[in-house]
Amino acid sequence: MFSNFDFSVILNSWRYLFFDGMAFTLTLTALAAVGGVVLGTLIAMMRLSSVPVLPQIAKVYVNFMRSLPLVLVIFWFYFLVPYIGQWIIGAERPIQVGAFSSSLITFTLFEAAYFSEIMRAGIQSIPKGQGAAASALGLTYWQSMGSVILPQAFRNMLPVLLTQTIVLFQDTSLVYVLSITDFLGAASKIAQRDGRLVEMYLFAAVVYFAVCFIASLLVRRLQRRVAIIR
Amino acid sequence: MNYNWNWGIFFEQSPEGTGSYADMLLSGLVWTIVTALCAWVIAFAVGSVIGVLRTLPSRAAQAIGNAYVELFRNIPLLVQMFLWYFVLPEMLPESWGTWLKQLPNAPFYTAVVCLGFFTASRVAEQVRAGIQALPRGQRMAGTALGLTTAQTYRYVLLPNAYRIILPPLTSEFLNNLKNTSVALTIGLLELTARARAMQEFSFQVFEAFTAATIIYIVINLLVVAVAGLIERRVAVPGR
Repeated sequence: MFSNFDFSVILNSWRYLFFDGMAFTLTLTALAAVGGVVLGTLIAMMRLSSVPVLPQIAKVYVNFMRSLPLVLVIFWFYFLVPYIGQWIIGAERPIQVGAFSSSLITFTLFEAAYFSEIMRAGIQSIPKGQGAAASALGLTYWQSMGSVILPQAFRNMLPVLLTQTIVLFQDTSLVYVLSITDFLGAASKIAQRDGRLVEMYLFAAVVYFAVCFIASLLVRRLQRRVAIIR
Repeated sequence: MNYNWNWGIFFEQSPEGTGSYADMLLSGLVWTIVTALCAWVIAFAVGSVIGVLRTLPSRAAQAIGNAYVELFRNIPLLVQMFLWYFVLPEMLPESWGTWLKQLPNAPFYTAVVCLGFFTASRVAEQVRAGIQALPRGQRMAGTALGLTTAQTYRYVLLPNAYRIILPPLTSEFLNNLKNTSVALTIGLLELTARARAMQEFSFQVFEAFTAATIIYIVINLLVVAVAGLIERRVAVPGR
């Protein structure tokens, strides 16, 4: 089965795979995770706010994003972002947006919907009395969110947020549909150039598995630590 | 925005010569639904078995169940798709591989099998959680009544567990449905692929994607409504 395996193709290309491909994947994952958590937290705050209309807007946004396949959303933004950019800066023609910015915007907005559900659960896990106590002490809404509720909500939800980030890491492989050189895209390009699909795709699977498996073990350890403190 | 809207595009003939663009999207929708349903059959069956394995007293059974879930959850779906489609035929004995590659509708069968086994790992998680959420007394009562382990699962634990996990199973089904779009990378002509093709033929990007978006949202709402019906239908009276 492995007799006609050619491992040299991996040895010859690992620099390209990791320094071009994996670097792109990790940067995209990290930036989209940070952006997604920030935006998601804001959406969760909207969802739980008592200002009229805000909760409805947040709910529509989240349900809308969650009912679409990521591949379709990637296509949407790939074509839509140049037009939006043109509209914002008032240019003559649709502006050129690089593959990286386009996918970063896509993943941030898409994952924000999922992160917001996690943060909503996190905020709701904090007893109502804490918010009441904060306002009794004279803290404003933003002060009580910033110094009382959100720090605890983040802490409670950290393992779940990290698990969702692992999912995001796997999801970034879908930028393949835009022919972007992420880790899988790089593997796929080498595979097709050298006619070595079996070796490259198996190698990609092993790398993804190793990264995600180790990361989820670490998250589980963290979860136990957080659990002891509480 | 200087974009030329043309909502009449859906009634124009597509260059494939098999009808209008609307027909093209509808055929995509049919493939999406058929793929999702077939994959769900595998996912539900395999997922239930793996989920049960993880709750059995036997250490070996638990290890097999855990290994399955870890393996399928830690590899991106797209990579799994490529493994089934490009790698598997090469790993099999040559005659089998050739047969697989020459199969008509190979992308469809590959997508069904791949999605089925992928979603099974998620269903397994839910089934395990559902069984573990039941009071321990139920299993003990089953044993005390003289039921075998298999009978306890069949008549006591699983009917209760499935009722508990119906809402998360619904969202897994929806994920499964959305994930069919990943199969466009191996050439399955499902809804997203058809919307993309329509965009390439007609240059009417936003009409094509708007139509696909609306269709996905409608299916989502339908699935949620049907799941609600099922939930009420199977609810244990008096609970």
